[in-house]
Amino acid sequence: MNTLSLTIKEKSFNNSHTQVPAIADFNLTITRNQFVCLVGPSGCGKTTLLNIIAGLDADFSGTINLTATGQKPHIGYVFQNPRLLPWRTVRENIELVFPQLPPHELIDSLLAAMQLTDQAQAYPEHLSLGMQRRVAIIRAFAINPDILLMDEPFVSLDPPTARQIRNALLALWQQRPHTVLFVSHDLREAITLADRLIFLSASPMQAIADVAVKLTAEQRQDDNAIENFRRELFIHHPTIHSLL
Amino acid sequence: MSGSSPQDYRWLSGLSFLVLLSLWYLASLIFQSHSLPSPIKVADVFWQSCVTGELPYHLGVTLLRLIVSFVIAMLLGCGIGIALGQNQTLNAFFDNWLVIFLNIPALVTIILCYVWLGLEESAAIIAVVINKLPNVIVSIREGSRSLNQELLEMAQSYRLSKNKTFVHIIWPQLHPFVMAATRSGLALIWKIILVVELLGRSNGMGYQLHLFFQLFDVASLLAYTIAFVAVIQLIEVLLLKPLDRRALVWKR
Repeated sequence: MNTLSLTIKEKSFNNSHTQVPAIADFNLTITRNQFVCLVGPSGCGKTTLLNIIAGLDADFSGTINLTATGQKPHIGYVFQNPRLLPWRTVRENIELVFPQLPPHELIDSLLAAMQLTDQAQAYPEHLSLGMQRRVAIIRAFAINPDILLMDEPFVSLDPPTARQIRNALLALWQQRPHTVLFVSHDLREAITLADRLIFLSASPMQAIADVAVKLTAEQRQDDNAIENFRRELFIHHPTIHSLL
Repeated sequence: MSGSSPQDYRWLSGLSFLVLLSLWYLASLIFQSHSLPSPIKVADVFWQSCVTGELPYHLGVTLLRLIVSFVIAMLLGCGIGIALGQNQTLNAFFDNWLVIFLNIPALVTIILCYVWLGLEESAAIIAVVINKLPNVIVSIREGSRSLNQELLEMAQSYRLSKNKTFVHIIWPQLHPFVMAATRSGLALIWKIILVVELLGRSNGMGYQLHLFFQLFDVASLLAYTIAFVAVIQLIEVLLLKPLDRRALVWKR
């Protein structure tokens, strides 16, 4: 069952009188509860793609079909910056995105899963960047989205913190499977998380490889297994070398 | 604005107040003039006019005018300011109007209002509003321009309702600008409203001050002034500061 099918004929930006093409003839279909990672060089249009799916950018030609379980599609979006409201506590930030006040236990369990129980009443500016990122992930998960968009949510974190949050995210996703579209330029991170990798070229963005990742949960924790997968990937798809 | 001063300086501010009072008292002793009454005499006049109810009445009338015109100016100013900050075409069109209204002397608007609308209560209120409105618009427009686009995008992608977006995302960002407009606005209105009353009303502080001027009654003039300053301070301490504190608990 497909959650998302999208066709973008053309998306360009106006750059002082000239049209710069950002995305051209791009197709993407994601099945339900798939964890898809988009890997590509920075500036290739990944964020633009997420913004189009999220409905933030309507200036393109093409179609998007997002299957909703409810009346209209719920979209969870984890931005590169956490984008929390500094005047609301962690709990209030999460509650804000619900149409009605959610059950207390739901947020409690998510906070616990991300080890933020003690920070529920704290204001975002009193938290570290890693903690703020985790709150943003909870906020996106909490509304039980039809699709979860994540735009390099671990960028500019120190490796141990990034790893810790990555594991927490993976555990959360295995517990509550959702359709995820994750953007990264870090191949190891992508292999650790995703069960499908899509490699993108520099602009105008096009998909140049589509690879399934069949690793067990244990293998994903093992640096050697990740490294082996990476090496084989380069052998089978030599073109992706130029992207990374 | 700096919030609570350190405990050590409390006594200093008390002392400075006492020094000011004694300087005033000394000066009144030296000059022995009807136009410089002593603090004791002023306090006596203050008490008398409180007892007769004259001072509370006129102060109340002025306060009422202040509240009505302040509320109208703030509501209109917030609405227009947000619209101008968000819509560039609108802003380009009305920018000239704003500059003109900002620069018309208060006295001119007051006289024009009285000439066009008659010596009416509504004319007085409108005159104050017109004087205050451009200032509110300018500062709210600044706030509306500097709204964080990232947070607005977040609201949009999570499909937050317009209502929710305004209350929880836009308003908290405008809050500092609204507070600035409130503070500068109150200070401005206090001064203008007296002139409005002096020129065209038969009650209120402005009217009374004019009367004292004609009678050369400096003691009453000072007594009214003190009541006036006290009320402004009360508004600051009891209303504005707690509002500020409550809104800024999240600051680091």
